[in-house]
Amino acid sequence: MIEFSNWDILRNLLLAARWTVVLSLVSFVGGGIVGLGLLFMRISRSRWPRLFAGAYVELFQGTPLLMQLFLAFFGLALFGINVPAWLAAGVALILWTAAFLAEIWRGCVESIAKGQWEASASLGMGRMQQMRYVVLPQAMKIAIPPTVGFSVQVVKGTSLTSIIGFVELSKAGTIVTNATFLPFTVYGYVALIYFVLCFPLSKSSQYLERKLNVAHRNH
Amino acid sequence: MSLIEITDVRKSFGANEVLKGIDLNVEPGEVIAIIGKSGSGKSTLLRCINGLETINSGSIQVAGAQLAPDELHLKALRLKVGMIFQSFNLFPHKTAGQNVMLSQMVVKKTPKPEAEAMARKMLERVGLAHKFDAYPDELSGGQQQRVAIARALAMQPMALLCDEVTSALDPELVQEVLAVVKELAAEGMTLLMVTHEMRFARDVCSRVVFMHMGRVHEIGPPAEVFGAPKTPELRQFLGAQH
Amino acid sequence: MGYVFDYSWLADYWGVLLKGVLVTAELTLVGATLGVSLGVACAWARSLGPRWLKPIVATYVELIRNTPFLIQLFFIFFGLPSLGVQMSEIQAALLAMVINLGAYSCEIVRAGIQATGQGQFEAGWSLGMTRFETFRYVVLIPALQKIWPALSSQIVIVMLGSAVVSQIAAEDLSFAANFIQSRTFRAFESYIVATLIYLALAILLRQLLRGVGFVLFPRRSGR
Repeated sequence: MIEFSNWDILRNLLLAARWTVVLSLVSFVGGGIVGLGLLFMRISRSRWPRLFAGAYVELFQGTPLLMQLFLAFFGLALFGINVPAWLAAGVALILWTAAFLAEIWRGCVESIAKGQWEASASLGMGRMQQMRYVVLPQAMKIAIPPTVGFSVQVVKGTSLTSIIGFVELSKAGTIVTNATFLPFTVYGYVALIYFVLCFPLSKSSQYLERKLNVAHRNH
Repeated sequence: MSLIEITDVRKSFGANEVLKGIDLNVEPGEVIAIIGKSGSGKSTLLRCINGLETINSGSIQVAGAQLAPDELHLKALRLKVGMIFQSFNLFPHKTAGQNVMLSQMVVKKTPKPEAEAMARKMLERVGLAHKFDAYPDELSGGQQQRVAIARALAMQPMALLCDEVTSALDPELVQEVLAVVKELAAEGMTLLMVTHEMRFARDVCSRVVFMHMGRVHEIGPPAEVFGAPKTPELRQFLGAQH
Repeated sequence: MGYVFDYSWLADYWGVLLKGVLVTAELTLVGATLGVSLGVACAWARSLGPRWLKPIVATYVELIRNTPFLIQLFFIFFGLPSLGVQMSEIQAALLAMVINLGAYSCEIVRAGIQATGQGQFEAGWSLGMTRFETFRYVVLIPALQKIWPALSSQIVIVMLGSAVVSQIAAEDLSFAANFIQSRTFRAFESYIVATLIYLALAILLRQLLRGVGFVLFPRRSGR
């Protein structure tokens, strides 16, 4: 049996962790764009877009991410495409992230006081103008801490893509474990790398929220 | 021996010394009003007597029980003095009756039927027997404060500390609470109250303490304190009241 | 597309699905009960407990919240045996869920305690209750009531997250779906059915938790 040094293990894991980072970024940015679309549908004044976005959010928040990954993987295959794991992983994570971000942002938009809508309407602004100039700028400010906070969930969510065969940090952990028979050490390192990725995000989300609260109290 | 003996009590919050050596003895049955500007340390003094704030030096004794920061001593002390808060602090998930029963059962291990009988008696005493099953959010501020008084009385304390008990009330509700306090005083309960109700202090109290800058600045019977204030600070304080 | 959906396998395999549902339900109910209890204990420790305990609990909470559930599960199931701790798949799954929910509910309950306010503590203390008695009889129920919706969402998240316990061969609902697709080669249909069952379970669980809320907190919050 080949001996593996700690450095061998860590190096292999770190190489794979790059894909965790890439997939997290893609999911977060893609999910943000789709989520923004969903948000506008969710707060639109016409009934059907609202219903659609509501059902979408319910569906993606009410089912396991793992099932969504399987459905993306096998569902895309139904179209006769030979689906690489990274594609199914990216699609599923983007759709999943979008649902959560849309819901977080809706809460922020709805927390803007009714008086702001009324005041801007009384100044003759149209709905889009109200959104663009009055509501969104305020909502965006309070949306930042929970959005950063959710990015932690995205990073952790990417670990499930290992199950459909995408080689990122978790999959690499399993592969290295199978080669070294050192599950305690390897998964310990894997956890540590995730922690290093997530902890700064968690902390900055908390920091931003505290800052926001202080700013609000001073008003 | 006095019921409450406060000797050279000092208390700081960080670098800010709020109590700068307080001496005060309270005899059984006395009704004492503590007056003074906000920030003069009067609420802090009350909270120290109940162990809600730890003192930096000096000593506080209530009927022989010494104030010490450990739970056993605190409990012994708190069984002797009850406290009424400005914001009532009723337990929102319990009815008026349950509010009065809870600490009897938890702290004194009183069996439920006896605790309930006591609760009915105490609510009766504050004129709220019919509100036994009402939740705090179904009561007016004045009624809530009267329940809080009944809750403290049910523990059969030797003295009551009242921290601005009418300050959070709408003006029309102040009198019903003061009436209850006045009755307690008439029954011989020892009361130590921080208050802004000068007329009440004048009519009901045996002594008035004027606190200024963390010290007892002037002390005496109400006729003296209100009628012939000795220091310019007290004169100014009383003048500002009108 | 030429694909024809086929659900005829349901007739033969509904028993497998049912068994999976029961395991998922059992894991969720037991896991949620123990996990929330752990969370309450940790919330007590972090806000009112002895000073030496606070950093320990804080470290536990941060470690769990900043690593994936899957890795926690693998660490427990594959890693701990090398320290001599042996567990069945179900035990490992349950332990991972309890530890995970414990950390999240700690922070949620702690927020509830903070929102309950100092006045309630002081009222309890001034009546002679100890710190623990005040927490138990005065603060806990209103605190839980304030955060019950957030806690309920977290429990649903843990139930959905439990789908990955199939990866250590705990025979839950997702395990059943894997099993069925490996036998029938109807992968998409298997996962669609399992997904819909999860959705139904999530909706059911939310209602159940609402009901528990009505029992635990017969009073609507006053403010």
